[in-house]
Amino acid sequence: MSTSERALRGRAAIVGVAESSLGEVGPGISSLDLIGQATVRALADAGLSKHDIDGLFTHSAFFSQPVLTTAEYLGIRPRFADGTATGGSSFVGHLWHAAAAIEAGLCEVALIAYGSTQRSNGGGLVASGAALTRSWETPYGPRMPASAYALAAARHMHEFGTTREQLAEVAVAARQWAKLNPQAFVQDDLTVDDVLSSRMVSSPLTVRDCCLVTDGGGAVIVTSAERARDLPKPPAYILGAGEATWHMNISQMPDLTTTAAQDSGRRAFDIAGVGPQDIDLVELYDAFTINPILFLEDLGFCAKGEGGAFVSDGAIAPGGSLPVNTNGGGLSYCHPGMYGILLVIEAVRQLRGEAGARQVDRHSLALAHGNGGTLSSQVTAILGDESTL
Amino acid sequence: MIDNVHTDVESLSAETAPGTVFDQYAAEGVLAYQRCGGCRHAVFPPRVLCPSCGCDDLAWQPSAGHGTVYSATVIAPRGKEPYTVALIDLDEGFRMMSTVTAGDGSAVAIDDHVRVEFRPAGEDAPLPVFVLETAR
Ligand SMILES: [Zn+2]
Repeated sequence: MSTSERALRGRAAIVGVAESSLGEVGPGISSLDLIGQATVRALADAGLSKHDIDGLFTHSAFFSQPVLTTAEYLGIRPRFADGTATGGSSFVGHLWHAAAAIEAGLCEVALIAYGSTQRSNGGGLVASGAALTRSWETPYGPRMPASAYALAAARHMHEFGTTREQLAEVAVAARQWAKLNPQAFVQDDLTVDDVLSSRMVSSPLTVRDCCLVTDGGGAVIVTSAERARDLPKPPAYILGAGEATWHMNISQMPDLTTTAAQDSGRRAFDIAGVGPQDIDLVELYDAFTINPILFLEDLGFCAKGEGGAFVSDGAIAPGGSLPVNTNGGGLSYCHPGMYGILLVIEAVRQLRGEAGARQVDRHSLALAHGNGGTLSSQVTAILGDESTL
Repeated sequence: MIDNVHTDVESLSAETAPGTVFDQYAAEGVLAYQRCGGCRHAVFPPRVLCPSCGCDDLAWQPSAGHGTVYSATVIAPRGKEPYTVALIDLDEGFRMMSTVTAGDGSAVAIDDHVRVEFRPAGEDAPLPVFVLETAR
């Protein structure tokens, strides 16, 4: 850990957040329209104007040069741009890159933005970029990304005795949070039996173990801690973050039960100077039910192999011992292909105490964890209110 | 087929490209992998440098084709036969994705022993797939 990385603690803050329209936005609306809508709303939330933005951070599967396309649409001319593309985790990574760029003087007001109309475009995940290099997996017909996560779930069950019921508990908890969130895409009752008896997508994962396929987007405004204090909303300080990339293809992941979140989490906690026991609420990238189990273990909320037991009996549901995915997550609230920006937005809303019926009681310190690829990229960010500086 | 072709980074050509060499072996019914002369790491998928130590002293080796299922998932597309996608740990120390068929239609389990076979793939090189090994 370099001294300079640790010096970033609390130097930048999130001052504006907003979702675009979510769910199914209908024909004719583009992913850029959603980025525009979220940006207008986030700027209003921050008390800033488009003309203040001098840094742009974005990624998309809809256009090959997302920074260029997005800057043109918004009518901005950023002096610093970052199109880091690590899948769904990109936007949590952008948060840390923005903090570093602001500290280095490369920009002062950073916009992180994402939009996707994958559901209105006919469902299914939109793949990032053309596959012009040979795949050593595709000839065997894995249903990606679900099969990659299914292989990890199967291995976790084999090594640790994790059960399909425990996986289902993750989906049930997410649904209970979603019922408290008016923006959540699905709010019907969901039981463990419902999850188990749903259509099997790639064993052991049923369709209810898999994230939603929705439209949606979001925008996050980041600036220096100094400037943040002059803005209307309480700043959400970026206390630390860590990024880790171990592989791309699931067949190249050495141990399917241990993710790079072990690395990203350790570094984020080290910079922030806090540990798992200090965290009030956790937003985890729950593309599949195995994800929160793996990440709770790898981030140190429980021991390796104990994630299944940890999520059982409502422990991560409303009223449980650890609030996890308080918006309903990618499983029940919204999953527009890449979910990372939405978990940052929810963490900020909780820190500010703006989360309405789903607001958690203690909300000074939040952990937002992004996942990208097939358990490939892991990015952890720790955010805190004024009291945590 | 020579069992000890070294990857020559300096004179990489369409004929010696690692993926091509793999396919040439496959056409002869051999599952080939690369062994690093520097650190002895077993390398798959094929490439021009060792992902373990970084050196380019990679020699092609034939695998005996025996392995163990590291993980497996069954995919059941609507209206089609279910099939198994698995990660196989070959005895020589490399892992690959493949499909496993159990002759009697039974499920494939983690830790099952499997052996390679080659499935014709039209104009492409034959595809290495696996079958359950009943006794070893
Ligand atoms: Zn080596």
